[in-house]
Amino acid sequence: MKPKPNDVILHTVTKLAAVIIFTFSIDLFWAGHHFPGGGFIGGLTTAAGIVLLYLSFDIERIQTNLPIDYKKMAALGVLISVATGMGGMIYGDNFLEQAFGYFDLPVFGETELATAVLFDIGVAFAVIGTAITIITSISEDEL
Amino acid sequence: MNNLLIWPVILPLIAGLLFILLRNHIRLQRVISVVVLAMVAGITIAIMNQISVSGIQTLQLGGWQAPFGIGLVADMFSMLLVLTTSIVAFCCVIFSFRTIGKDRERHYFYSLFLFLITGVNGSFMTGDLFNLYVFFEVLLLASYVLVSLGGTKIQLRETMKYVIINVLSSAFFLVGIAYIYSITGTLNLAHISVRIAEAGQDGFITTVAILFLLVFGIKAGLFLFYWLPGSYSAPPTAVSALFAALLTKVGIYAIIRMYTLVFYHEPQVTHLLLGILAAFTMVLGGIGAVAYSDINKILTYNVIIGAGFILAGIAAFTENGALGSIYYLIHDMIVKALIFLIGGVIVYLTGTTNLKEMSGLIRNHPYLGWMFFIGSLSLIGIPPLSGFIGKVFITRSTFEASYYWLGFIGLIASLMILYSVMKIFMNAFWGETVLSEAEEKGTTKGVMLPVVLLTALTFALGIGPEFINSYVETAVEGLMNPQIYIDAVFGGNEIP
Repeated sequence: MKPKPNDVILHTVTKLAAVIIFTFSIDLFWAGHHFPGGGFIGGLTTAAGIVLLYLSFDIERIQTNLPIDYKKMAALGVLISVATGMGGMIYGDNFLEQAFGYFDLPVFGETELATAVLFDIGVAFAVIGTAITIITSISEDEL
Repeated sequence: MNNLLIWPVILPLIAGLLFILLRNHIRLQRVISVVVLAMVAGITIAIMNQISVSGIQTLQLGGWQAPFGIGLVADMFSMLLVLTTSIVAFCCVIFSFRTIGKDRERHYFYSLFLFLITGVNGSFMTGDLFNLYVFFEVLLLASYVLVSLGGTKIQLRETMKYVIINVLSSAFFLVGIAYIYSITGTLNLAHISVRIAEAGQDGFITTVAILFLLVFGIKAGLFLFYWLPGSYSAPPTAVSALFAALLTKVGIYAIIRMYTLVFYHEPQVTHLLLGILAAFTMVLGGIGAVAYSDINKILTYNVIIGAGFILAGIAAFTENGALGSIYYLIHDMIVKALIFLIGGVIVYLTGTTNLKEMSGLIRNHPYLGWMFFIGSLSLIGIPPLSGFIGKVFITRSTFEASYYWLGFIGLIASLMILYSVMKIFMNAFWGETVLSEAEEKGTTKGVMLPVVLLTALTFALGIGPEFINSYVETAVEGLMNPQIYIDAVFGGNEIP
C-alpha cells in the first residue's frame, strides 16, 4: 500500500487561495450591473473555488464541512429566478418586470438596489449547483 | 398585456423544480403533475376564449415593448396546440404511473416530464426567434435525459444518435438565426416579417428559408428522419408516446409558423420544396411502415408519414390546406399518443415487440383490441373519426393548388398506413389465443384510463368538429394573414 502523501503545501495554499477566489467571485457577482461580471461568471468562479477544495482535500471532508445538496441548490436557484419574475405580477406588472430604487443604507450611503440582483442570485445558485453536481457525480460514480 | 399567458410555460417549470426538492415524495409528485397539467389545460381554454373575443393576446416580458423585448404571443393556432399538448401529456403521465417503474420515478422522471412540457408550450407560444431556439433546447435537453433514463444498452446507443443529430441541427438553427439577424437586424418574428416584406424576399433570404427548412425538417422527422425510428422505439412507452405526439409536432409547428409568417413571398420555390420533401417523407415512411413486423418500428414510421401529410397541406398554401393541416395536426397528436400507448400495452402483455410471436389477444382483452381498431381507423381517416376531416381538406387543397401528385401520394400513403396498422391488429388480436391470462407478462390494470380517454377524444373530434371549428377557422385566418399577427404584436405602437 502506498504511503499517504503529505500535501501540506497544497493544503496551505488552497486555504489561502480559496478565500481569495470566493472574494473575487462575490466581487464579480456584484459588479454585474455596471461592469463585466454577473450571476453566471460569479457562480462559475465560486464553483471553481469549491472544486479546488475538492482537489486538495477529499470529498467526504468537504461534504461534512459544506453540507449542501447541490442538486437542490440548482433547483432552488431556478425557483428564485422564476419567483422574482412573478414578484412583479403581484403589483399588476408584466412577468419578469424589474423594480429598482435608491436607498440610504447605513454603511454604504445612497445605494441603488434592484430586483435584478435577486434574479442573478438565482442564476448563480443554479450555476454553482449544476457545476458541482456534474463534477461530484463524475468523480463518485454514483447516481 | 395579459399575464395569463405565462402560466402554461412556468407552471410545469415550477412544479418540476419542486419535485427536485421533494425527491422522495413520489405519490405527491404524481398528484401534483396531474393537477398542473389539468390547470394548464384550463388556463389555455380561458386564453382561447379571450382570443375569440378580443383577438390575439400578447405578453411582453418585463414590460419592454416589441420588438425590443421578448414577447409571448398566443394566437389561436398555438393555443390549440398547447391545449392538445396538455391533454396528451395528461394521458401519458397517468399511463406512466403504473408502467414507468420505481427506479425512473426516483431519478426525477416527473421533473423531466414537466420540463419537456415547459419547452413544448414555450416553443408554441414564443414570438421571438432566439427564444424559440432556447425553448427548443429546453425540450431537447429534457428529451435527451428521458430517452436515456434507465440506462439500458439500446437506450444509450439510441441516445447517442439522437443527441448528435439534434446538436447538429441546433447548430444549423443558430447559423440560420445569425443569417436572419444580419439580414434584418431583428429577432422578433413579427418584426422580421415586416422587414422582409419591406425589402422583398431575394435569393439569399430564400436560401436562409431553406436552411430553416433543413433545421426544422430534422426536428420534425421530415425526410431527414433517419434518426427517428431508432430513438423513438428505445425509451419506455409513456415516454415514446409523448415524443411521438409532441416532439415532431414542435418542428412542424415551427415550419408552419416560419413559412406562413416570415417566408411567404416565394411559395413557388420554398413551398414547392416543402411539398417535394413531404412527398418523399410519406413514401419512405410508408415503405418503412409496411416493411417491418416489429410493433415499435411500424408505429414510429407512422409518425413520419403523419409529419409528411401535415406539411402537404402547408405546401399547398391555401386556406383549405391550412385548415386541414391544423385539424390533422391536432388529430395526429391525439391519435399517435393513443396508438403508441396501446402498442405499449401490447408489448407489456406479450413481452415481445415481434408481431409474429403474438396472437389472439382479443379473447382476453376485447376492449383493448377494439380501441386499437378505432385508433387505427382514425389514423387512416375513416369518416366518423377525427382523421377524416383533416385528410379531406388537405387532399382537396393539394388538388386546388394543382399538386395532383402530392394529393395522390398522400392517398397512397393512407393505404400504406391502413396495411401497416391492420397488420398489427390482425397479428396481435386475431388468431389463436396463445397466452392465457395467467401467462401474460403484465396486466392492463391501471393503464386503461388514458387509453379510453384518448379514444373518446378521437371519437368526439371526429363527430363534433363544429365545436372547435370556429376556433380552427380563427387560427387559419391568423395563419393566412400575417398582418393580424404583426398588428397584435406591435399593439398600435410605431414599428421601428
